[in-house]
Amino acid sequence: MALNRDMIGKTCTSPGFYVVGREKIQEFAAAVGYTHPIFHSAETARDAGHPDVVAPPTFAVIVTAGSAEPLLFDPEFRLDYSRVVHGEQRFRHTRPITAGDHLSTRSRIVSVRDVGRNEIVETETEVLDRSGDVVCVAVNVIVSRGTAAAEAAL
Amino acid sequence: MNSPAVPPAVGTALTPTGYRVTRADLVRYAGASGDFNTIHWSDRAALAAGLPGVIAHGMLTMALATRFAGEWSGDPTSVVECSVRFQRPVMVPDDDDGVEVQLSGEVIDVIGDVAVVALSAQTADGPVLGGATAHVRFTSAMGG
Repeated sequence: MALNRDMIGKTCTSPGFYVVGREKIQEFAAAVGYTHPIFHSAETARDAGHPDVVAPPTFAVIVTAGSAEPLLFDPEFRLDYSRVVHGEQRFRHTRPITAGDHLSTRSRIVSVRDVGRNEIVETETEVLDRSGDVVCVAVNVIVSRGTAAAEAAL
Repeated sequence: MNSPAVPPAVGTALTPTGYRVTRADLVRYAGASGDFNTIHWSDRAALAAGLPGVIAHGMLTMALATRFAGEWSGDPTSVVECSVRFQRPVMVPDDDDGVEVQLSGEVIDVIGDVAVVALSAQTADGPVLGGATAHVRFTSAMGG
């Protein structure tokens, strides 16, 4: 069954804040092998001009991965998650995330397109800090395999 | 704060670097990222999903790509933007050696103090990322 294009443009915001912890940053950095002390030491981070330990690139996935779920899993959208693969991912930062940040997200379904047998869904998520400033914009593209309308009708 | 600097020129190549990923790394990344999708730790689940076996999180491969770009620039906070297309899953065998992901790259554009780097990630099975880029901001205090 093809995805409901009426959902294009719909938005959702996270209910509360994700408080970024030092230990979580350290755990994430260690998991990917980011050994630089700026990802582990508050002193090193402050010496470099940051308020606290700096989160590595892609750390934002922790808050963005589920941010659009209220939209994507809305039964109105008709998405079958068993058919979904992660197609593309992009992060554009205005500043690094640091320990102590209180993050919230605002997500929007940007587009739904047919590409061959598949439908491609692009969502954009803004990651905001406590003052409402955008820290990072994440673009996520997922592929819904075999659900394009022409195929589904066969 | 450091002042802007001139990035390396278009055509500058990044030294190819190998990163080893084992099943233990997938467990650790699952916990760190919150992605507990079973295809990243259970062969049974991976096979049921039509995969030959457990695969790495695509986001872990993306993190390795940005780590590679940051290590090249000498300033790990310099990667201000990154973008990847997940082209092929990374199979991770259940042994002590795991899989080696080879990263390479080249500066393809310079916009002010930012170098746009085209990144390539490969395993023995071929390329795993397509159209991968990182925007790396250069400042006067940076090395490399």
